[in-house]
Amino acid sequence: MDAIILQILNGLDKGGAYALIALGLTLVFGTLGVVNFAHGALFMLGAFCAVTFNKILTLEKVTVDPTQLTPWGTPAEIKTSLVEAWLGEFGKVLVNYSVPVSIIAAIPVMLIIGIVMERGLIRHFYKRPHADQILVTFGLAIVIQEIIKHFYGANPIPQAAPAAFSGTAQVGMLLGMGDAIPYPWWRLIYLFFSLAVIGIVFAFLQFTTYGMVVRAGMRDRETVGLLGIDIERRFTVVFGIAAVVAGLAGVMYTPVLPPDYHMGMDFLVLSFVVVVVGGMGSLGGAVAAGFLLGILQSFASMNEIKSIIPGIDQIIIYLVAVVILLTMPRGLMGRKGVMED
Amino acid sequence: MSKLIINRRGLLKAGAVGGVALATPMHFIRGAYAADQSCNMPTGANVVFGFNVPLSGPYADEGADELKAYQLAVKHLNGEGDGGMLSTFSSKALKGKGILGKKVTFVSGDTQTKADAARDSAKRMIEKEKAIMITGGSSSAEAVAVQSLCQDMGVIFMSCLTHSNDTTGKDKKRYGFRHFFNAYMSGVALGPVLAEAYGKDRKAYHLTADYTWGWTQEESMKKSTEAQGWKTVNAVRTPLGAGDFSQYLTPVLSSGADVLILNHYGKDMVNSLTQAVQFGMRQKQVGGKNFEIVVPLFSELMAQGAGDAIKGIYGTANWDWKLDNDGTKAFVKSFGKEYGTPPSQAAQTAYVQAILYADACERAGTFFAPAVIKALEGFEFDGLGNGKTLYRGSDHQCFKDVLVVQGKEKPKDKFDLLEVKKIVPTKDVTYDPAIFGGDLGPADAKTCG
Repeated sequence: MDAIILQILNGLDKGGAYALIALGLTLVFGTLGVVNFAHGALFMLGAFCAVTFNKILTLEKVTVDPTQLTPWGTPAEIKTSLVEAWLGEFGKVLVNYSVPVSIIAAIPVMLIIGIVMERGLIRHFYKRPHADQILVTFGLAIVIQEIIKHFYGANPIPQAAPAAFSGTAQVGMLLGMGDAIPYPWWRLIYLFFSLAVIGIVFAFLQFTTYGMVVRAGMRDRETVGLLGIDIERRFTVVFGIAAVVAGLAGVMYTPVLPPDYHMGMDFLVLSFVVVVVGGMGSLGGAVAAGFLLGILQSFASMNEIKSIIPGIDQIIIYLVAVVILLTMPRGLMGRKGVMED
Repeated sequence: MSKLIINRRGLLKAGAVGGVALATPMHFIRGAYAADQSCNMPTGANVVFGFNVPLSGPYADEGADELKAYQLAVKHLNGEGDGGMLSTFSSKALKGKGILGKKVTFVSGDTQTKADAARDSAKRMIEKEKAIMITGGSSSAEAVAVQSLCQDMGVIFMSCLTHSNDTTGKDKKRYGFRHFFNAYMSGVALGPVLAEAYGKDRKAYHLTADYTWGWTQEESMKKSTEAQGWKTVNAVRTPLGAGDFSQYLTPVLSSGADVLILNHYGKDMVNSLTQAVQFGMRQKQVGGKNFEIVVPLFSELMAQGAGDAIKGIYGTANWDWKLDNDGTKAFVKSFGKEYGTPPSQAAQTAYVQAILYADACERAGTFFAPAVIKALEGFEFDGLGNGKTLYRGSDHQCFKDVLVVQGKEKPKDKFDLLEVKKIVPTKDVTYDPAIFGGDLGPADAKTCG
């Protein structure tokens, strides 16, 4: 029973990340009709917003001390933290909470990156075939990756969760089942964070006039345009929002997985499978499929399951995708007419 | 006018001298192979080395450090800089005047940390850029692939970071030489240290990278820990580059195991170790014992990636820049002055392999590959940072001391993350080459294929 609860929790937090990335991906597809292979790069850029913010907070003043020598005989460099020197205790707290605090910086940065990406490149490919869109966005993803690698190197850069949340929560105790189910606090926070972001995006689309226009545009862009609404500009903002969602998913994921330049690509393929299983252009479908596939992947990794079907953990997602597409060609919640021309 | 007078005694003397000369094995005579040709023997004033390192992919930082060391070795071979370990090397054949009077130049290629890309890159350097020797690489899959190519083309391969038993075991090749230690040696060195630190009644759970290196590492660790009385609860293979290992870690928590052995390297190791610590495995208790994590092979660069998670973790290493010997000191000084950081074990291996090849050519008196192979086989040396070392002729594996290291609890800086806990002597890690099988194959000269 403990093992099952652990795998469910694991599947949920994994699914949270899949759902967040797939949500942005399907939002862009649903509004702009663009298959954005650079979406994984936005996730990675979000993570590197956290890295950059942390680097700024941990900037050091370097002084040369001629009385101390390095092992190779040159004068040693003495480094002191600037933020801690300027802000004292508050500086220390800021460094400790650098990951969640960097969300504040990541939102405008990702919004600008998203808008620039859409206005500068993606808009020129709206009327081009999907194959062209895939090629150009994939190329863009590689360029972004290489830029990040140039500045940050290829090795993963670990980011610590705030000390108060770096330990494990005794989930068993909370459920009244003893102390046999420890689970990392940060992963639980990530799960709730992803649920909150998903909720905010849905609320924005469902309960605001802006969201209503966007939804109408997703259904019938031309008619909305005929009503005198500048739907193109709204869709640009939607692209920016999708970039912010992917970026926030990346920021909060850094304590779970030390970010490196390639992390976006690792998630991209999985996220596309999530979108396809959920149904192209369906926001609810993307979220449901994200959690479903996360849980299935987690259960398939249990030794008991693997002893029956060896290697199932590595193919389960694709297997499910094949079965769903054979039985429900539009995916779980796909709309009629999307990607069917 | 003089006359040629041949008397009986003179004829006998000349006959004896001629007989001895003819009976002498050719490889004892300097320049004996001068007329022989092997792949890419230099004809001009330069000799070209091929540095095949990962400049992209998960091990790009290790590759970059290797390339720095190779460039430093070339400088020293050509008499530039402070000479580094040439001054401490027991062989005095190299004088800082290139090799056999030819200036050393180099070409480099990006292996992308992929076996097929590494092979393509090596092929290009041999065929197009006339590299006489290939060296580099940072995974066993790469090493095995490139080694096999070099055997076919008749070019010597001095491998760098490769730790699988297979490289000098079942996949060994006459043209391939490994300075780095292997998984078997890690197991033998680490087993007794683990038993001493954690006791003999332990239950281990392995997570293993699913490729040649991971398999041999798991097998070696199982053997060595079970010999100490440990039990193996489970051994689970994980895909390379899995990223999030949480679904493989959660079953460990309810398995009853009290030790997790991570047979992962590079980015995989950084991720799996960090995540294992997040799951509270360093605070966990099983049956009254502290739960422990072991990483049989790790490097300084990986320790930097893992951050605080590496503290207190046991593993093994090929070399450490803090070792107290003349070769290490000379290399650290030279590398530090050039690049401002201490060298990693990848850098030391790269540097040593380039120097050893150059020295073998100088001692053989030729670039002819079969003669250079002969000069390397069974070569014993000292002064290159690892103490007395033997390049065993029967499998082309280097034998030297193995370091058992532990992540430091209070490092001074990011270059001070590992502490050498024990130096396991060569005799303890030496094994019979027959246990891994394989066949070196012929040493016939080939003209690039």
